[in-house]
Amino acid sequence: MLVYFIRRLGQAALVVAVMGAIVFVSIYMVGNPVDVLANPNADAKEMAEIAGRLGLDKPLHEQFALFVWNALHGDLGRSFVFNEPALKLIIQRMPATLELAFAALIVSVLIGIPLGMLAGLWPHSVWGRGIMTGSILGFSLPNFWIGLMLILLFAVQLRWLPSGGRGETVTVLGVPVSFLTVDGLRHLVLPAFTLALYKAALVIRLARAGTREAMLQDYVRFARAKGLSPSRIILVHVLKNIMIPITTVLGLEFGGMIAFAVVTETVFAYPGMGKLLIDSIGRLDRPIIVAYLMMVVVVFVVINFVVDLIYAALDPRVRLSEQGS
Amino acid sequence: MVVSRTALLAGTVLACVAVPAVAQELKIGVASEATSIDPHFHNVGQNNALRRHIFESLVFVDAAQKPYPGLAASWKAVDDTTWEFKLRPGVKFSNGQDFTARDVVYSVCRIPTVENSPSNFTIATKGIESMETPDPLTLVVKTKGPYPLMPLDMGVFGIISAQASGAGADLKFKKGGCEGLGTPPKSADFNDPAKAVGTGPYKLAEYTRGTRLALERNDGYWGAKPHWKTVVFRPITSAGPRVAALVSGDVDMIENPPIQDFDLIKKAGLTIVQGLSNRIIYVHLDQFTGPDWKTPGVKGTDGKNPFLDKRVRQAMSKAINRDAIVDRIMGGVAKPAGELLPVPLFGTSEDRKPEKYDPEGAKKLLAEAGYPNGFELTLGSPNDRYINDEKVAQAVAQMFTRVGIKTGVDSMTASTFFSRRNKYEFSAYLAGWGADTGEMSNSIVALIATQDAAPGFGNTNRGRYSNKTVDELTRKALTTIDDKEREKLLQEASKVGMEDYGIIPLHFEVTPWAFRKTITYTPRVDQYTLAYEVKPGQ
Repeated sequence: MLVYFIRRLGQAALVVAVMGAIVFVSIYMVGNPVDVLANPNADAKEMAEIAGRLGLDKPLHEQFALFVWNALHGDLGRSFVFNEPALKLIIQRMPATLELAFAALIVSVLIGIPLGMLAGLWPHSVWGRGIMTGSILGFSLPNFWIGLMLILLFAVQLRWLPSGGRGETVTVLGVPVSFLTVDGLRHLVLPAFTLALYKAALVIRLARAGTREAMLQDYVRFARAKGLSPSRIILVHVLKNIMIPITTVLGLEFGGMIAFAVVTETVFAYPGMGKLLIDSIGRLDRPIIVAYLMMVVVVFVVINFVVDLIYAALDPRVRLSEQGS
Repeated sequence: MVVSRTALLAGTVLACVAVPAVAQELKIGVASEATSIDPHFHNVGQNNALRRHIFESLVFVDAAQKPYPGLAASWKAVDDTTWEFKLRPGVKFSNGQDFTARDVVYSVCRIPTVENSPSNFTIATKGIESMETPDPLTLVVKTKGPYPLMPLDMGVFGIISAQASGAGADLKFKKGGCEGLGTPPKSADFNDPAKAVGTGPYKLAEYTRGTRLALERNDGYWGAKPHWKTVVFRPITSAGPRVAALVSGDVDMIENPPIQDFDLIKKAGLTIVQGLSNRIIYVHLDQFTGPDWKTPGVKGTDGKNPFLDKRVRQAMSKAINRDAIVDRIMGGVAKPAGELLPVPLFGTSEDRKPEKYDPEGAKKLLAEAGYPNGFELTLGSPNDRYINDEKVAQAVAQMFTRVGIKTGVDSMTASTFFSRRNKYEFSAYLAGWGADTGEMSNSIVALIATQDAAPGFGNTNRGRYSNKTVDELTRKALTTIDDKEREKLLQEASKVGMEDYGIIPLHFEVTPWAFRKTITYTPRVDQYTLAYEVKPGQ
């Protein structure tokens, strides 16, 4: 197990290193930040000074070496535009994105599971068919379009909800959160719903398939024979069993929602990490782009690493076959 | 007397009832967020607009970019190399301290020391050789040679408090590094409302990057008090959501509504104002004469650079139907251009009209120049920097094609475009130039003066046009203190450059703002959104 652990750790470190090199070099190829940042009136001398201040005058390999050295010391560079550590800027935006992702997760479960179970219990009814057709829309309508339509309806026409931005925050344990204020919740509804719609469609499909399968299982028949009420069978026995695959899939999807809520955040001018990424790409703020992508890489590598370890712990064949090869 | 006082009181009470507290707040959706509260960190439009609320400069410019007294009550050129600024008495910083000449010296001294600045303000202080403060309200600035633009330069940067920033008692200006500067504040320090100490009409109240920036009226302000007690700026970078925020009533005013949404905005009962900007959209043609230069994207000329022939440049200018571009692509929200700045800005001439659309004349000129069958060309253009930039480039390309120059458009995002342009990868490109100072020398120096590092000429002259007469006239203008004479020289320089077709001007952009019916705003040539100039309407 120890050998397996060390080998997997080495592989994970290699992936991070390779991704770091790819991200850094590819960002280096896209434009010259000085051309974007400098005041248009700046002359050649000032442009050179700016490049010097931002460390852009050094050759690529030196910049990369410096980046690696600093990264090993936990410093992923300073934003060109804000003159603050890139990681700090990203982490400042993290609560907003986490809040949005969690809200979306809850919405997708609240919509997806009841509808999915209804469709699973009565697959041939009008309701069952209607829900499944609806879920196709959830899959196929583009995210930004849904967002814009929701804004048009609820913000522009009905004026029930704000059109974008993040609401009032309160500080809990040093973290500014908005879901504890009415204003914050009002701001959260539309973006969370937009982000949740695709996931909800996914949950509907999983819940329907799970329910149809579970209804044929022996334990359901047994429960029925025992004389349990149908509501207890569905809400306790069936629900618990279909939650296992749904939880697994949503867990995987959740990482993606955090890392790539870019479109939703842009449409709703929501100050999360994705918005920061998009703005930084437009401004060629390289340190933020690199730090963000590196963070995503590390998060995914860590998740995979942990999953691999769990597999190995659960299934001896995995580590045995590794030893054999 | 008693009666009138009672009437007055009743009036006040009524006014209070009629105008609830919320009406004292103004919410503005801005297209780009200031990158720092520090007025000296980043010399870029949105930062400069924000700093005017909190930190003021010696010289102000009005909506048409004409300078008028700000923190300096008056100024004059004592001799060719000396400017004297008389500062306004009775001005206080928001922390209660008096504003004096020492603060100006300190601000000029601090500007070059700002760490990691992506573009600093030394551009506006480089003309200063020495600074003296004979008394607290007098500032004497010496320059190396005659320097007529000193008052304009003094309008570019904001003044911060020397005392609040920890200046030493022995503060003294010295070119290349001041004495007694102490430890200047870091840029991030200004994000704290207690440290952002300026003389402006507003004070910083709250700043959450990416979400909102709130300003609070400075009740001790020396000038006319602004109407709004609090002002909130919300960054909404995408145009669609910005319009939605306005129409839904989340904000009271937005910058830059897109032309295609004008009807929707008007239908929702909102107002749109438009004002001519100092930004020219132009086409530049590669006129490099150095050895071994191949014109990228030009084909069918046997390796010759067609743009070195004035007739070709003239033909291309004649080929463009500027009225059609303005009408059909810009929706009327632009003005055809005949030179680099619009009338009435300093150095422009009433009689410089836009080139007439004349495709037949263009074909004739091309034939005379030896290109009866035209040639092939690639026109570079950004696609997210100027209003409808890509569409304009496509229209220009079609118009060139119509007279025989088969033109394709290579458009890309601004960050890539400018990097490639600066490496001369386009023999012809479309771009824009906003003259920060609002006078002709800025445009000429940037766009058509011969590239020369020493005086800092031609930085954006990426067509590498060169004309000795233009250079000579411009250099003379830049050392002529007398305004009338300088304007004449600049008008002449502009005329020479335009008649030589050194650059092809297309149109001046018009900047739109949209807001609810109850407020008014006078459009500014410099495109700034200034909350203290937003007035309640009818």
